[in-house]
Amino acid sequence: MNNSNPYKSAAQIDDLVHQMVDQLNARLAERHITNPLMIGIHTGGVWLAERLHRQMQLKEPLGTLDIAFYRDDFTRIGMNPQVRPSHLPVTVDDRHIILVDDVLQTGRTIRAALNEIFDYGRPASIILATLVERSGRELPIEPDVVGICPDLAPENHITLTGPEPLGLIIKESKHSPS
Amino acid sequence: MIIPNQSNIQLDAEGRLKHFLTIDGLNRELLTEILDTAESFAGVSERTVKKVPLLRGKIITNLFFETSTRTRTTFELAAKRLSADVLSLNISASSTSKGETLLDTLRNLEAMHCDMFVVRHADSGAAHFIAQHAAPHISVINAGDGRHAHPTQAMLDMFTIRRHKGDFSPLKVAIVGDIQHSRVARSQILALNTLGVEEIRIIGPATLMPADPESLGVKIFHNLEEGIQDVDVVIMLRLQHERMSGALLPSEHEYYQLYGLTDERLEAAKPDAIVMHPGPINRGVEMDSQVADGPRSVILQQVSYGIAIRMAVMAMTMQRQGGAQ
Repeated sequence: MNNSNPYKSAAQIDDLVHQMVDQLNARLAERHITNPLMIGIHTGGVWLAERLHRQMQLKEPLGTLDIAFYRDDFTRIGMNPQVRPSHLPVTVDDRHIILVDDVLQTGRTIRAALNEIFDYGRPASIILATLVERSGRELPIEPDVVGICPDLAPENHITLTGPEPLGLIIKESKHSPS
Repeated sequence: MIIPNQSNIQLDAEGRLKHFLTIDGLNRELLTEILDTAESFAGVSERTVKKVPLLRGKIITNLFFETSTRTRTTFELAAKRLSADVLSLNISASSTSKGETLLDTLRNLEAMHCDMFVVRHADSGAAHFIAQHAAPHISVINAGDGRHAHPTQAMLDMFTIRRHKGDFSPLKVAIVGDIQHSRVARSQILALNTLGVEEIRIIGPATLMPADPESLGVKIFHNLEEGIQDVDVVIMLRLQHERMSGALLPSEHEYYQLYGLTDERLEAAKPDAIVMHPGPINRGVEMDSQVADGPRSVILQQVSYGIAIRMAVMAMTMQRQGGAQ
């Protein structure tokens, strides 16, 4: 049996997004980056990136990434039938990239996303922004900008729901999260 | 939802593709899943690195008992874009000529730890036979068997149609040529019916038409202009030269006079109709060069899309090959 409980409402997530925009702008100023390229990871990362992209009024169109073909568990759990095409409208060569995802846990999604980005070209730098940073890291990957860091037990699974309105829910599961 | 079907060896217990041998027995959801997956693979060809790491470490063997350039090359490219290692064996020129049986050849390839066989054979049912006798971890893809089936060709044609027309349901599709002996036509008709097009017409001389058009779900026409009236898609089939010697047709010249597609005849179709051909084209037999190279021809796109479709089918049949969840 899985129980799912609301954790953050749409309005609370809006506040977190505002904070992330401020942090991101500070980070970009620190590094003297003026025209970054934002890339969201399907599906939740794209929902979040759409909001950040709009509020930061970025000039370049938003890129999207589906890392299904780069997962390290493909031969174990198979392919997600809902794979969406990755779409990077602008070349990544020599660009400063803001990579956006909803939840950072094991770090394996980000590892896959980094590999995929490098198959498109050689970016100048990549900043990682995630709405949720939680325990459970299996790879040496840390975010630069974070919305919230909840203290969660391993059996608690946090998910972003959307696209409209956004919500964060926590599911209790007997299975270890993927 | 895909209903598990134990009698269909193409599907595993959960109804997922294990082999890809024929369109027969696959439902609309599964065909759509193949098209959707191919859609995401199509983008890989446009990148700096035209590869994804999905099948890294896997060995895919092309077993071609019958010659083919386009099909073998696109299967090879598809496998390489998935990061698999590829062996291409031209069997007619190797073991069988030394007297080795097919099963012995298979056992040897299994001993080399191959994970997938892509099979083309002049006998109907060859890929099915190999799927039945190969080790359980091996997936088999049919790259054309006799007069039976050529499912990846049919799916790349469906992909081409969907890219140009979007929805299948309002479409009228004409297939012109030797329907009776064509594995491509057989697979196309099954796929078009499964995906739910409005009407399928087959056009050609009576000697090259199937005996049972009703059971195939198609309408027969013997006149080209009549048959392509208001269609959205015209698929021309290659006329095989051996049909001439078999006395089924008088001459290439006469065939072209009656069934060759020209710009003039194409006027009968819808103004935005697309023209397809599985290749290789016999210019001046099935169609005029002006049509083949003209604005409505999507023949070269079919070749490019063939890579994406073959990547999709390879990836889908190879998933869960690593063992338990």
